[in-house]
Amino acid sequence: MTIHNLYIFDKAGTLLYYGEWNRIKQSGITRDEEAKLMYGSLYSIKSFVNKISPIDSKEGFLFYKTDKYSLHYFETASSLRFVITTDTLSTGVKELLQQLYAKIFVEYAVRNPLWTPGSPITSLLFKTKLDEFIKNSPIFGLKNI
Amino acid sequence: MIYGVYIVSKSGGLIFHHDHSVPRIETEKTFSYPLDLKLDFDKKFITVVFGQRDGIFVGHHLMAVNGTQVNGTLLEDGKEVKEILEKEENYPLNLRFCRPRMTTNEKIFLASMFYPLFAIASQLSPEPKSSGIQILEADTFRLHCFQTLTGVKFMVVAEPIQTGVEVLLKKIYELYSDYALKNPFYSLEQPLRCELFDQNLQLLLDNFEKNGITNI
Repeated sequence: MTIHNLYIFDKAGTLLYYGEWNRIKQSGITRDEEAKLMYGSLYSIKSFVNKISPIDSKEGFLFYKTDKYSLHYFETASSLRFVITTDTLSTGVKELLQQLYAKIFVEYAVRNPLWTPGSPITSLLFKTKLDEFIKNSPIFGLKNI
Repeated sequence: MIYGVYIVSKSGGLIFHHDHSVPRIETEKTFSYPLDLKLDFDKKFITVVFGQRDGIFVGHHLMAVNGTQVNGTLLEDGKEVKEILEKEENYPLNLRFCRPRMTTNEKIFLASMFYPLFAIASQLSPEPKSSGIQILEADTFRLHCFQTLTGVKFMVVAEPIQTGVEVLLKKIYELYSDYALKNPFYSLEQPLRCELFDQNLQLLLDNFEKNGITNI
C-alpha cells in the first residue's frame, strides 16, 4: 500500500499543486509538460467514458488500473480535479480524495486570503498539512519491494 | 452482465465488436403546452439539447409521438414533428424518448481513441515498466482490457460488479486464435468476419452470464 503522487487541477486545466511521495520513475518530460499530458488524457478519458457507457452516467470516470499502479480521479462540483496515483491494492481512495478536498484543500487553500483561485498553490502550510494528511492515511504505508 | 466486446488490432483499428446485452433505455412521458424541453431538429434525429428531467437526458432521441414512430423529422404518417410540437391544440402530447445506441462509426472512433490512452497511462506511470490500462471503471460500467503479446487488445465492457472477466478475456483470446487466426481466409489486421467466431463468442458470453466463470 502506497501513494505515489497527486495532481490538483482547476477547471481551466492549470496545475494548482503537485506532490509526490513514493515515485520511482519520472516520466522523462518537464513537470509542465507532464501536467498537460495528464490533464489532456483525463479529459479524453472522461469523454471516452461518457460515450462508451451503456447507460447514462452521473459521476463518470472513477479510476483506472494498470499492472503497476492505479489512478483515481475525483471531480468536485466546481470542476476542481484531484488525481492521485496509488498501488493497485489500495482501497477507499475515493473517500481519501473527498476528505483531502474538504479537510486540506478547503481549509488551507480556499481559506487562505493570499491565494487567488486559478493560480498554483505555494503556501507552505498547505504543503505541510497535505504531507501530514497523506502520511497519516491508512493507504500510505511503507513500500515493500 | 456483459455489455459488449471489442477487439482492437495491433495498429489501433477496431477489427471486431459485439453488443451483448445493452439495456434499452426508454422514457415515456405526457407533456402539456408549452413543451419544457429544448429539442434539436437534425436531418436524422430529434435530440434533446436542454431541460433534462425525469429520466430524459440531454442526448436522448425522440422515438415516438402519441405512440406513432418518428422517422427522421417526420412521423410515420408523413406529418412534420416540429409542427405538431408547436401547436397548442395538439397537447397534451405523449412523447417517448430513447437513449441512442452507439453507431458503428462511433465505436471505431472510440476504439482508436483508447489506444493513445493506453499508451499514455504507461508513460505517466510512477513505477517503472508499467503496462497500459487494464481496468477502467466508471460509475455505470467497468472496462477490462487484455493486451496479448502480439499487441492485439481485447476489451470487455461489463457491469462494475461482474467478476471473472479476466478469465473471460483469455477465453475470448482462445476463440480468436482458434476461429480467426486458424481461418485461412482471415488476413491479420483486417475486420474479423468469421461466422464460427461469432457463434462461439455468443455461446461463451451466454454461458458466462448464466453460470459465471466456473463453467466456461
